[in-house]
Amino acid sequence: MSDLGEMTKKRIRENGLPIIDEARTKAPLYVSMRELPLRFQFGTTKIQKFFDGLKEGKIYMTQCEKCTQKYFPPQADCPNCPDSSMNWVPLDGQGELLTCTMIVVKPSTFAHYDNYIIGVAQMKEGVRVLAWLRIDDPRKITPKMKVRLTTAKREPEGFITYEFVPE
Amino acid sequence: MRDVAIVGVGHSKFSNRFDVRIDELAWESAKDALKDANLSAKDLEFLIVGCTGGWSAESLPAVICSEYCGMLPKGSMRVEAACATSSAAVAVAYNFIASGYVDLMLVVGVEKMFESPNPVQIELIGRAGNYFWEFENFGLTFPGYYALHATSYMWKHGLKEEDLAEIAVKNHHYASMNPKAQFRKEITADLAMQSRYVAWPLKLFDCCPLTDGSASLILASESIAKKITDTPIWISAIGASTGTGNLSKRDMFTKLEYSGLESAVEAGQQAYKRAGIDPKNTAKHFDVASVHDCFTIAELMAYEDLGFCRRGEGVKLIREKQTYNGGLIPVNIDGGLKAKGHPIGATGCSMMYSLTKQLRQEYGKLAGKAAQATIKNGRALAHNIGGTGHYAYVTILSLEKPHT
Ligand SMILES: [Zn+2]
Repeated sequence: MSDLGEMTKKRIRENGLPIIDEARTKAPLYVSMRELPLRFQFGTTKIQKFFDGLKEGKIYMTQCEKCTQKYFPPQADCPNCPDSSMNWVPLDGQGELLTCTMIVVKPSTFAHYDNYIIGVAQMKEGVRVLAWLRIDDPRKITPKMKVRLTTAKREPEGFITYEFVPE
Repeated sequence: MRDVAIVGVGHSKFSNRFDVRIDELAWESAKDALKDANLSAKDLEFLIVGCTGGWSAESLPAVICSEYCGMLPKGSMRVEAACATSSAAVAVAYNFIASGYVDLMLVVGVEKMFESPNPVQIELIGRAGNYFWEFENFGLTFPGYYALHATSYMWKHGLKEEDLAEIAVKNHHYASMNPKAQFRKEITADLAMQSRYVAWPLKLFDCCPLTDGSASLILASESIAKKITDTPIWISAIGASTGTGNLSKRDMFTKLEYSGLESAVEAGQQAYKRAGIDPKNTAKHFDVASVHDCFTIAELMAYEDLGFCRRGEGVKLIREKQTYNGGLIPVNIDGGLKAKGHPIGATGCSMMYSLTKQLRQEYGKLAGKAAQATIKNGRALAHNIGGTGHYAYVTILSLEKPHT
């Protein structure tokens, strides 16, 4: 069982019930004893080539052999045709920044990172990609600035992902 | 198809409602709606509960709320469309009645967000996109998604952060009059401008709060609506559309020369067509509108997506105060999501609660004369967006029966 917090433990000791006072309104709150840990797992079989590519420094899109529609994020099935004959094409990496934001108030699972910049760029191949933009000074960001998409190791976890850097 | 009308409306206090469970909160507005329609729960044939959930303990809110509202053993279901949840619930209910399946039913929008701590709510809402490609590695947040739109708009049209602050000032102004609203204080543009960044370029005062609340509507078929009330508010048309999960795939967001939500444009066009309204220069057809202002930039984009003004001219509407009561088209004069609060699953019903009261000319009794729109056309519009243009619902309400 994860930590219930001092207040809840104290109330169980004192009153035999995990009912605490809400900090602002003082309304009585029953704190559930049942914490639900959630960590999802999803299949990568149909787009495993994308992840193999990251290990080789490549970022793949897919392109339908029939209708030539391009897909990023890459997908194995084309709903237009419908057909599943896809070409895997590595992106050249050259892009133009279309928009960005800097996340200051972070989700709890991102709290250990510094403020991060997320950008969307138009890639030379026609698809658009969303990723972090690694830049030393956010004030250097300009509309339509040239960026390069590259694989990168995310620390402290050490897994491979992709990000933009200024060209 | 039969015509369908709103014959009763109810609304809970919007706030951090630590004092109630989800079923108790649902009953607050359901009871209010039953009283408004002078009906009992036994008269109703079906209940649809709009609830997004995830942050609250009950996994089957429709069942828990049905029982607490005295609706057993009538049929029920839960409908989900993110922040457009209860507009989607109304769309389902509308079709239940129009098709002849039932004559009289209840729609309850309810959300109990504060059963989980603040960071958990932020985490869960941030996942409301294309999970692996936007959240898993890049940690987008709900303000972050709309911030991407705000930056895009600024780069295209020279929008300033000060302009967005003026939208917050307007909506706090009207929330100060609305006793159901979460925030009851006026703010100044200076205060909004001094607030800290949440997701640049959006600051704290550009964002709606997290909220607990419920709102209820009773819908009736044309065969009984007039027996229940002298002023049925008819559902004139509903438009609905779905946008790409991944924001980077939005053409309008990036490629085109303007910014907006493609799904909102599509939903609006569908609704205008069904209601027989000229889709250009639409503002003149409505006495009042509620648009989805989860962030200030969202209200600005809605003006343009709905055709209240031309592309790039939304800023002019706010600078000239044309969306205040008495202007070209009063927008969110109940405080909007921004200041009335945004209990995700209750918001659509809350919009229609305010618009129904406006069309009946009863809103002034609730919030004071200054917040009652002048009713000339007898028509109002609700624009309710789920996620960041992932779901879009546009509902047109009218004093006039759609089909004679
Ligand atoms: Zn194809």
